[in-house]
Amino acid sequence: MKFSDQLEQRFAAMVTHYPTKRSVLVPMLLYIQDELGALNDEAIHEIAERTELSELEVRNVISYYSMLRTHPIGKYNLQVCTNVSCLLRGGEEILEHCQKKLGVGNKQTTADGLFHMEEVECIGACSWAPALMLNYEFHENLTPQKIDELIDGIRKKEHQ
Amino acid sequence: MADVTLIVDGKKLTVPAGTLLIEACKSTGIEVPSFCYYPGLSLQGACRMCLVEVEKMPKLQTACTTPVAEGMVVTTESDKIKQARKSMLELLLANHPLDCPVCDAGGECELQDMTFKYGAAESKFMDMKNHRDEQQWSPVVYFDRPRCILCYRCIRVCGEGMDVWALGIQNRGSSAIIAPNKQDHLECEECGMCIDICPVGALTSGAYRYKTRPWEMKHTGTVCTHCADGCKTTLGARRADTGMQIVRGDNRDKSGINGDFLCVKGRYAFDFAHSDCRLKQPLVKRDGKLVPTTWEQAFELIASRFKQVLTTDGPAAIGIIGSNHTSNEENYLLQKFARLALGTNNIDHHRTADFPAFASALAGKAEATASMRDVHNAAAILLIGNNPTEQHPLLAWQIRTNVRLHHSKLYVVNSYPIKLRRQAASFAQIAPGSEGGFAQFIAGSDAAADSIVSPKLSREALAALRDALKQETSLVIIFGSELRGNDVKALVDFGLARSAKFICLGDYSNSRGAADMGLYPDMLPGYGPVASATTFHTDWLDEIPATSGMNLLQMMDAAKEGKLKALYVVGSNPIARYNIDPFALSKSFVIVQDMFLTETAKIADVVLPVANAYEKAGTVTSTCGDVQILKKAGDFAGVRTDFECIVRIAATMGYDVRKLVPFGGEGTRADMGQSRGAQSGEADRHAVWLSEHNLEPKMSPFDPSAMLDEIQRLVPAYDISRLSLLSGQDVHTQLVQITGATGLGHPELVLPANDTLFTSGTLGRFSATLNTVMERYSSPVEPEMVAGYDPAARQGP
Ligand code: SF4
Ligand code: SF4
Ligand code: SF4
Ligand code: FES
Ligand code: FES
Repeated sequence: MKFSDQLEQRFAAMVTHYPTKRSVLVPMLLYIQDELGALNDEAIHEIAERTELSELEVRNVISYYSMLRTHPIGKYNLQVCTNVSCLLRGGEEILEHCQKKLGVGNKQTTADGLFHMEEVECIGACSWAPALMLNYEFHENLTPQKIDELIDGIRKKEHQ
Repeated sequence: MADVTLIVDGKKLTVPAGTLLIEACKSTGIEVPSFCYYPGLSLQGACRMCLVEVEKMPKLQTACTTPVAEGMVVTTESDKIKQARKSMLELLLANHPLDCPVCDAGGECELQDMTFKYGAAESKFMDMKNHRDEQQWSPVVYFDRPRCILCYRCIRVCGEGMDVWALGIQNRGSSAIIAPNKQDHLECEECGMCIDICPVGALTSGAYRYKTRPWEMKHTGTVCTHCADGCKTTLGARRADTGMQIVRGDNRDKSGINGDFLCVKGRYAFDFAHSDCRLKQPLVKRDGKLVPTTWEQAFELIASRFKQVLTTDGPAAIGIIGSNHTSNEENYLLQKFARLALGTNNIDHHRTADFPAFASALAGKAEATASMRDVHNAAAILLIGNNPTEQHPLLAWQIRTNVRLHHSKLYVVNSYPIKLRRQAASFAQIAPGSEGGFAQFIAGSDAAADSIVSPKLSREALAALRDALKQETSLVIIFGSELRGNDVKALVDFGLARSAKFICLGDYSNSRGAADMGLYPDMLPGYGPVASATTFHTDWLDEIPATSGMNLLQMMDAAKEGKLKALYVVGSNPIARYNIDPFALSKSFVIVQDMFLTETAKIADVVLPVANAYEKAGTVTSTCGDVQILKKAGDFAGVRTDFECIVRIAATMGYDVRKLVPFGGEGTRADMGQSRGAQSGEADRHAVWLSEHNLEPKMSPFDPSAMLDEIQRLVPAYDISRLSLLSGQDVHTQLVQITGATGLGHPELVLPANDTLFTSGTLGRFSATLNTVMERYSSPVEPEMVAGYDPAARQGP
């Protein structure tokens, strides 16, 4: 299996950064997931071969990290924090609002495949709690209105 | 290493520096509770059961990961520790289903024991338990996540111990779960080590699960009857319609050479013993069909035919084929019966290694053979030929363990990339069939190099390997049946010059015993030539026929020509093994003793149903020469031991059985009760009681221990400690030949069994469990996951 040229270059550079091949596993898994949407069987086989690990070991690692996944999810992943700071500043309400707005529960994807929703632990944005991450993008000091604007904005953009 | 002195629970003790605290405690009789710690495996520190107080250390320490230090003051039981352990147990039980009443491990469970000890029975958790359904991972491996306490023992034993790496851990925290290598199933060596090592009932075996409770079985420590490595196994038997049926095999008490190791065959393939195909009654041929008869009639018929052939055609018209699975006593008795009662040297067996060439090459040199224990400690090992992972699983385990724990230097020389190359410091892939050439080469014959080099091995590398081997001063040399005759001699000469020790690999549980006990047409027990004067000649009043008899293939040829009037086959299947046209035996009167109607039994005139090694007493010798005692674990109604059959045939012929079996001694007599009829259990019960107490009655001609007396007296090297033997230890015998005659081996007669990890000759064919495993693996398995199964290695030697 070959990845995009850009990712191939990245891999080639990264392996030289670590003393052992297996060390590139976690960053590579993240990049592959970004490129493919999920870590499918083929990708797992490939990365296992490249890092000289067994597929089982690669799966062990994938299952350990909640941000790594073997099945595709919605295009926009809303990761809503409900850890202490966010909790104190209404994180749970934000979570509930997102769920109502999207009509899906925790770790579910909307029928149109656009949104995925999950409750996460602290994302390091406590100073601006409550916060969420939309894919790699932070959204802070959230209110239900802000959520509506965010989601509606994406829907509009995608349905054009 | 320097010693360290410390104080544990007020006791002063001195141990080598580097010792783990948990081991130091054990050495003085203090057991620190543990789940994840397992001697010989890497440290995990996962379960926190072993917490102890160490003075001057602020927190409780895990005894399993803390090395001892000078002046350490340790407390292993205190209120604080008790509380900590109790809390750990509460956490472990948080998601536990508490289904102990039906769990396989119930009564033998470390979690139960700990909970009992620390009283963590009540739970403070109100939450729903995490539940997952039980999964079947392979024909023999089942996994029940809720019972798992995440000690990682299974993962480590599979990876580090077996070098299979088939188990992993997925997710984390309380949803962590042990996972098989193929997502929903396993592809592995099916050894069951993971099941055995599991401290709870999370991993269970397809062969045993939900069959019985541990305390309902009768446990007997005996020896595995599959390959030639001689693993000690504890068989658990339970009453069934046919007798005592074996339902479990393990070696949890770690006694014996193998410690807790057993391969798939030792662990599960005891079920041939209660196969539906087992013969229950003697059969005779009437009008071309085998029909049931009584034992008396069968013995009468056999005896009268033997006598008739002896008078009309003479002893040379009778042939005998012995077995690689029967006990030493039975083999010895069989050849004695042949030589004395029938007066013929026409006796042979299916030879799987050139033991005679090996014995003659050693030429009586003491301490030149290695035991299976030596393989565990040897500083360097040279393995030529064979694929132990498949054919000698215990040997492979010993080698791996030695390399892992003691950094033994392993040289592997093979024409296939066998799995053990992964442990090898040096792997030389020689040209196919050049194992013998390799022996010649290291012994100094440069000319042999041409035949050895291969695309994977250059001439320079080969020469460098020889130089390296020459430097080794304490080598254990292990060779497969690829090496025969002069090649064995060359190798032995090379090794003896460097005080190496040897192991010659044969197949089947007692192939070495068959060879040592003289199942040869030209050699007596101990490899002494029949024609020369031996102690046997003196002891047996010179009744041994002076000329060598026919070997197995010669007997078959004689049968074809109508010259072999009677053939007596004990526990062997030459028709299938040597691919002989069954018609060849149509002119001979054929007697077969077997458990099953094998290809050979099908064409017999009389078939006697016999007991297997799990159903009798006696001794067996592993391929290394380690002698061990067999104890009766199960039984099967209707069968008799080969020993009894041979004695009865001799007696019915009118032969004085006292000349065969020196039983009774000076007038010893006792009424052992009835052996037949309503009270038939009586004799058995006496015998069971006596053997439980390690007493040897020797009052009946059917008692193999009387035969063992003679073996120990006459067979060189078998003069070993009877006490050690009786207490269930393995006792190593050196291969000492009576007279140093050379050139006795017949290399061309050696026919390796070619069993794989999942086959075991006739026994394997009738093991239902082994068959399900075999079917599972008949489809190709991905080589990179389980290196032992890459197709190239599969076709290996
Ligand atoms: S190889 Fe043995 S220890 Fe490993 S998973 Fe298979 S049965 Fe268990
Ligand atoms: S399955 Fe058994 S051996 Fe494996 S981690 Fe769980 S409790 Fe330990
Ligand atoms: S290694 Fe050999 S002796 Fe040991 S359990 Fe397996 S078949 Fe039996
Ligand atoms: S608690 Fe929500 S970002 Fe830290
Ligand atoms: S035995 Fe020490 S932590 Fe498990």
